[in-house]
Amino acid sequence: MEKLEVRRVSVAFDGRPVLRDVSLTLREGELVCLLGVSGGGKTTLFNVISGLLAPDQGQVFLDGEDVTGKPGRISYMLQKDLLLPYRTIQDNVALPLMLRGIGKREARAQAAALFPEFGLEGTETLWPAQLSGGMRQRAALLRTYLFSQNVALLDEPFSALDTLTKSAVHRWYLEVMERIRLSTLFITHDIDEAILLSDRIYLLTEGAIREELAIREPKPRPADFDLTPAFLEYKRYILERL
Amino acid sequence: MIRKSRNTTSSKAPAILAVVVLLVVWQIASVSGLVPRYMLPSPVDVAVAFVKDAPALWENLTITLQEAFYGLALGVGIGFAFAVLMDAFEILYRTFYPILVITQTIPTVAIAPLLVLWFGYEMLPKIILIVLVTFFPVTVGLLDGFRAVDRDAVGLLRSMGAGRWQIFRYLKCPSALPQFFSGLRIAAAYSVVGAVISEWLGGFGGLGVYMTRVKNAFAFDKMFAVIFLISAISLALMALVDLAERRCMPYRHLQDKH
Repeated sequence: MEKLEVRRVSVAFDGRPVLRDVSLTLREGELVCLLGVSGGGKTTLFNVISGLLAPDQGQVFLDGEDVTGKPGRISYMLQKDLLLPYRTIQDNVALPLMLRGIGKREARAQAAALFPEFGLEGTETLWPAQLSGGMRQRAALLRTYLFSQNVALLDEPFSALDTLTKSAVHRWYLEVMERIRLSTLFITHDIDEAILLSDRIYLLTEGAIREELAIREPKPRPADFDLTPAFLEYKRYILERL
Repeated sequence: MIRKSRNTTSSKAPAILAVVVLLVVWQIASVSGLVPRYMLPSPVDVAVAFVKDAPALWENLTITLQEAFYGLALGVGIGFAFAVLMDAFEILYRTFYPILVITQTIPTVAIAPLLVLWFGYEMLPKIILIVLVTFFPVTVGLLDGFRAVDRDAVGLLRSMGAGRWQIFRYLKCPSALPQFFSGLRIAAAYSVVGAVISEWLGGFGGLGVYMTRVKNAFAFDKMFAVIFLISAISLALMALVDLAERRCMPYRHLQDKH
């Protein structure tokens, strides 16, 4: 069954169309990527899916339920980790639970149980400023996961990291994904990253879905996957179409 | 994995040295007769006057501090309320912000006598004056803080289903703490000065009243003693604000913990 379905969504700002008749689906446990140049309407689409922005036309369904324009159902993680500097890591991560009305102690306990899974043990009482970029991104991801075990929207989650940290985080992320089976829709303009991580890729240009592409490589993919001919074939295919 | 915090504590030695040099120069100028001693008492004379007059100074100090405290507490409370309302309703911001700025252009010495005429020689006009000078830096600081909140952070909290109150409680309020404390530091200094000025212009007790009395007696050494006491009190209050700031925002002073 489809976890998330975006059905014929269109958005215009001041008469200028930003999204045109966009439809896409995300299945349980799938990792799907929206690939496109910056300013192509990807972030607007995420604002619509997360309910922050009501589309001019179209609907968003989560588990078959219409959630168009209703925030608080689908978690959203941005390029910036947006960890609040005045909350410790555990209180940052537990924030979505507290917003839902869960008491501080209970929220912290629920969060603490997942710290080892995300490789964050020992950071509970530290401040965000005391963590490295990669660790902060993990914390932000755990916060996203605690908010909703359903669907995660990741808006260029790894683009602020340097290349070496990035590939380490990629490997780690794929590992975690295998275990927690989070259905993820993520935005990137990094073609390599898209091919490396995704089950399917939607190519988005000028606010419209141009093509849907499945990456039929078994997961987890080997560390040198990005050096194989298959990888380069995908890359060439995408480059021709963007 | 854990970033080492930078140590930013700078040495205070140069400043202390400068003060000591100034005091020595002053002492020499006064004792050598360069300036007549009755007009410019030496630091030692001032210290002696301070000790001799300690009971009277203490008594008046408690009055001044009381006024400053009530005024500051009320000023901060009102400043907070203004900031929250003006942040929540754009129309209030546009209506009242210019008026608030205008209130700050009125010299304190000009309204203090009016307040005395309207409210008498007791504590009330003093507290009103202190409120008038202290709410503004708090309001402006908080408003700046509220407005500087990252829009993406607001979006993130909204996507998590947070309402207006939760965004205020979890995001805007704590984010504005640094600006709030900058405003509070200024307000604390203003509160003591405000109290002294309003006492000076009419009252029964307090350091301001005491100052007018020693001035009329041409007791320069006592004058200086009061002046030093007032600055010491202002400094102490500001230090107290700094302490509270460190308490409330340990994440801004990470070098203390490691």
